[in-house]
Amino acid sequence: MKVTLSWLREFAPDIDGDPVELSETLSALGLTVEDMTLIGDIVDGVVLAKVLDLRPHPAADKIQLVDVDAGDGQARQVCCGAFNMAVGDLIPFATPGTVMPNGLKIQERKMRGEVSAGMCCSGGELGLSDDHEGILVLNDRVVPDAELGMDVAAAIGAEPDVLWDLEVNANRPDAMSVAGVARDLAAALGVDFSFGDYRVADSSAADEDVNELLNVEILDPTLCGRFVATVLRGVTVGTSPQWLADRLRLAGMRPLNSIVDISNYVMLELGQPNHTFDLATIPNGHLRVRRAVPGETLTTLDGLERDLIANDGVITNESDEIVSLAGVMGGATTEISEQTTDVLLEMAWWDPPTISRTVKRLNLVSEASSRFRRGADWGENIDRSMQRFIQLASELGITAVGGFVDVAGDTPDRTPLAVRSAKINGLLGTELSAAEMAGYLSSIGFGADVVVSDSGTEDLAVTIPTWRWDTETETDVAEEVARLHGYENIARTVPKGELPGGLTDYQVRRRLVRQVLVGCGCDETFPMPFLAPGDLLQAGLADNGVTLSNPLVAEQSVLRTSLLPGQLKAIAYNQSHRNADVRFFEIDHVYLPPPADQLLPDEREHLAVALAGEEAPQAVAVLDLLERELGLPNVVLRSASPPGLHATRSAEVIVAGKARGVVGEIDPVVLDNYGVAGPVAWLELDLGELLSGPRLSRKYSPVSKYPSSDIDLAFEVPDEVTAAAVESSLRKAGQALLTEIELFDVYRGEAMGAGTRSLAYRLRFQAHDRTLTDTEVADVRQACIDAVTSHDGVSLRG
Amino acid sequence: MIETLRQTAVEAKARLAEVEDLDELAELDVEFLGKKSAVTLAKRQLGSLDPDERRTAGREVNEIRAEIETAVESARERLAQAARVLRIEAERLDLTEFRGKARRGSLHLVTQSRDRLEDVFVGMGFTVAEGPEVESAWYNFEALNIPEWHPARGSFDTIFVDLGEPEEVMLRSHTSPVQIRTMENQKPPIYIVAPGRTFRTDTADATHLPAFNQIEGLVVDRGITMGDLAGTIDEFVHTFFGGDVKSRLRPSYFPFTEPSAEFDISRADGTWLELGGCGMVHPNVLRNCGIDPDEWQGFAFGFGIDRLAVMRHELDDIRELVNNDVRFLRQF
Repeated sequence: MKVTLSWLREFAPDIDGDPVELSETLSALGLTVEDMTLIGDIVDGVVLAKVLDLRPHPAADKIQLVDVDAGDGQARQVCCGAFNMAVGDLIPFATPGTVMPNGLKIQERKMRGEVSAGMCCSGGELGLSDDHEGILVLNDRVVPDAELGMDVAAAIGAEPDVLWDLEVNANRPDAMSVAGVARDLAAALGVDFSFGDYRVADSSAADEDVNELLNVEILDPTLCGRFVATVLRGVTVGTSPQWLADRLRLAGMRPLNSIVDISNYVMLELGQPNHTFDLATIPNGHLRVRRAVPGETLTTLDGLERDLIANDGVITNESDEIVSLAGVMGGATTEISEQTTDVLLEMAWWDPPTISRTVKRLNLVSEASSRFRRGADWGENIDRSMQRFIQLASELGITAVGGFVDVAGDTPDRTPLAVRSAKINGLLGTELSAAEMAGYLSSIGFGADVVVSDSGTEDLAVTIPTWRWDTETETDVAEEVARLHGYENIARTVPKGELPGGLTDYQVRRRLVRQVLVGCGCDETFPMPFLAPGDLLQAGLADNGVTLSNPLVAEQSVLRTSLLPGQLKAIAYNQSHRNADVRFFEIDHVYLPPPADQLLPDEREHLAVALAGEEAPQAVAVLDLLERELGLPNVVLRSASPPGLHATRSAEVIVAGKARGVVGEIDPVVLDNYGVAGPVAWLELDLGELLSGPRLSRKYSPVSKYPSSDIDLAFEVPDEVTAAAVESSLRKAGQALLTEIELFDVYRGEAMGAGTRSLAYRLRFQAHDRTLTDTEVADVRQACIDAVTSHDGVSLRG
Repeated sequence: MIETLRQTAVEAKARLAEVEDLDELAELDVEFLGKKSAVTLAKRQLGSLDPDERRTAGREVNEIRAEIETAVESARERLAQAARVLRIEAERLDLTEFRGKARRGSLHLVTQSRDRLEDVFVGMGFTVAEGPEVESAWYNFEALNIPEWHPARGSFDTIFVDLGEPEEVMLRSHTSPVQIRTMENQKPPIYIVAPGRTFRTDTADATHLPAFNQIEGLVVDRGITMGDLAGTIDEFVHTFFGGDVKSRLRPSYFPFTEPSAEFDISRADGTWLELGGCGMVHPNVLRNCGIDPDEWQGFAFGFGIDRLAVMRHELDDIRELVNNDVRFLRQF
């Protein structure tokens, strides 16, 4: 919402002060100042000049030569890129030496061989308007005693003004108008606020009775709270007076023609959107308000045919043909044109949720609908806006017939609301009296009477004004009190919560996982969770990712079910930037398709480790570190060929009997699909399950004081028998005496034959209560050998 | 005899002073102190002397032997020292050759920022709550007092998911659904922060990402006031940004808080930077979670995590946070 200081002052003439301080006041009211511009503050050196001659530039098409008289009676030649002025026009002229608002210093120079001794200025260049294209022609704007060579500001009688661009929140329909902003600002500054009297004293058409001309019915009172209309006679469509056009431009609207401009002006000034119909297109002046029937259509002003649904509000003619999409956009058939002489002027109040739904469905955001959907004013502001429209039109010779048609539907309840002053103070942390609260509220037009409750406390009976549709409850009233009291005047306290703060066990252990992986030299990555269609298939995974309904781009239209595709992309990206051997990890969500009878996806937190340029054993080593650090119980690798992974170099990770992830190497085919140079070692675990599952207790076990015996054993083991199986046999046989097992050598080679390898173990035997005898050691050694060689094809190596 | 022995001792000390390796030292040891050495022979001959002479001569022989022994030890120490010097010299390393070989990885900037925020709030008595990123309309909107027709819904630029009815399931557009999930499952008093990823239909550019990270705070307790909200924000700002950074609240609007505010922090140049939104939990939100707004009051606040990382490290392109370029990741 853009407002100027001068416009605000029409409602509160005493608003004054330093523009920066006024900006602070506006922001402190919740009318956040997004931008502030000082206007009419024209830089020195820009003078009134007259165009003496125009002629083509001999060497350039896009600029012309202009001779101007800047007050000294001499013709000065300038080169100018605009072509909108004529000989005799008065224009703003920047003389050499002028520093323009954008910092450009005007100097005499040559353009394509022609002298240019100054610059003809556009309104935009001077900060007088948004127009940056044409030169600002001042013929109609100069003051009577203006002379060539005068400062332009003096020549046009420009008053310094301030333009604010305000961010208006959705609960402030009132602040979608100049008057509403003025009301708030006046209250904060403690100055008077009032509306003007817009009634037109006499009107040549006033003898006609509007009820003879119009007939309005509200068939659905939940749709329309109030419908006010009248007829304007003698309409001609022309251009608006300069002052009105200037205000519209500053407010960010382009002046179009006199009727549209007045319509917009009234909406900006008073916040009431309005609509004009060509009366000739409305048979018998008969309008009806109802909701649409599914299947109905309307061709709106923009020429598009709109399919309507039962929610949409419409205005129909007496034949029940839709002529307007209520509160959103008029119909094409009833639009006013150059032939229009009589206009039906309508101002109404529409149910905000209804308008909101239609606007959203048809994506038809407009200045009018954005006011209706926040909740316009159904009270006397409609009458005032009608009067203002008629007054402005009367200056163009347009006259209104006598009176308004005024039909009522359902409007919000405005019975006074009981407000407990203790609740307000308790919510805000203030100690305001009921009278102080009433003072704040009445300063912005709320009715606020102090009432003494049965228990003797002073409370409030608050009448919420009709321009605050969104304001309904005691809490809403509390916000108004806080706003006017000033958020910064509320004393700051810190709640005395009695609960200790802290991270959950899960969160603490997740941080531990990160530290372990960082300690392994892994960098934490953080890809976005979106995939492109086909990414999962390319990664060898099931193509069952949940898809997005309105993705920004197709490459981000699927939610990942695994961290694998994202890691592959990250590695490929880095390899393409000559960083081949990266070690990455990621802890983040994956989204599995919802199980039956569940609406939301099965969302899980996964851990992935990707070691580019490394083989499966490195991933196993990382798993070992995590197992140790997290105290994971009974971690077993089960032979498997998990999807996306290398068929003979991968396994499922089983923790306490449950599958919790995969470890190994990524399938070379998958690596090729992603353009990644392999090998890449891979570990992906369901971290959520791991960290919330069981863990080993770390109970003290005494250190033996007796000597240990080390025995080396090497076995010839076929590939079908895993090292884990051999180790398991060793442990069973060695029992408590076997305190350590180290697989210190694995040998595959010609000496071993195909499909078999040598596994060499160092076993340490030790007892807690004695030194083991040679016989004891020999016996347990033999038991270990017997246990391992009981596997098919396993033999002790000599 | 003693005279001859003194001569021998002089000779021994001279030769021991020049000995250059341990073998030679061993030979000299035998030659001057061994069974056939002059000193040993002289000691044997002492028995043939009369008792007086024997006592005098014996003392002298022992002194001479001790002199030679000392000389041998000193030679041995000299050789050992030389050997140590040689060894140390032989083992010389240029340690600068070995710099930069071992590397600890880096935690992601967002993790670092999130951890710092969590730690500050934990210190202020908060626990950390988390929730799903794919949410239903109830948690993302309705329970938060944003009905289906509300204009605020449009302003969230929500990314919807092809599950359920149209616009029924979505990527959460803020972390506020965690407020609802917490209040549904936990009776007050509640003091939580909820960090996590949120989503908007923003095209990725230097200052926007469609997936980004926020942190949300929620306090529900007896007698919580807007003064508590302002004080909590202030305490956080001092702890996180430093004691000289100030905070302020400005009126704003969110459907799930009333009164609502934006909060700003002061910059060094005296201007203010908008950091996030906050307010007193709307009574409808409390009611939606089965909490009586006349018994309990609360406040909530939220702001971006990524932006803090961007500010702190002066990133000029927020997309660096998701590009996973090691040249970026390893800087922090």
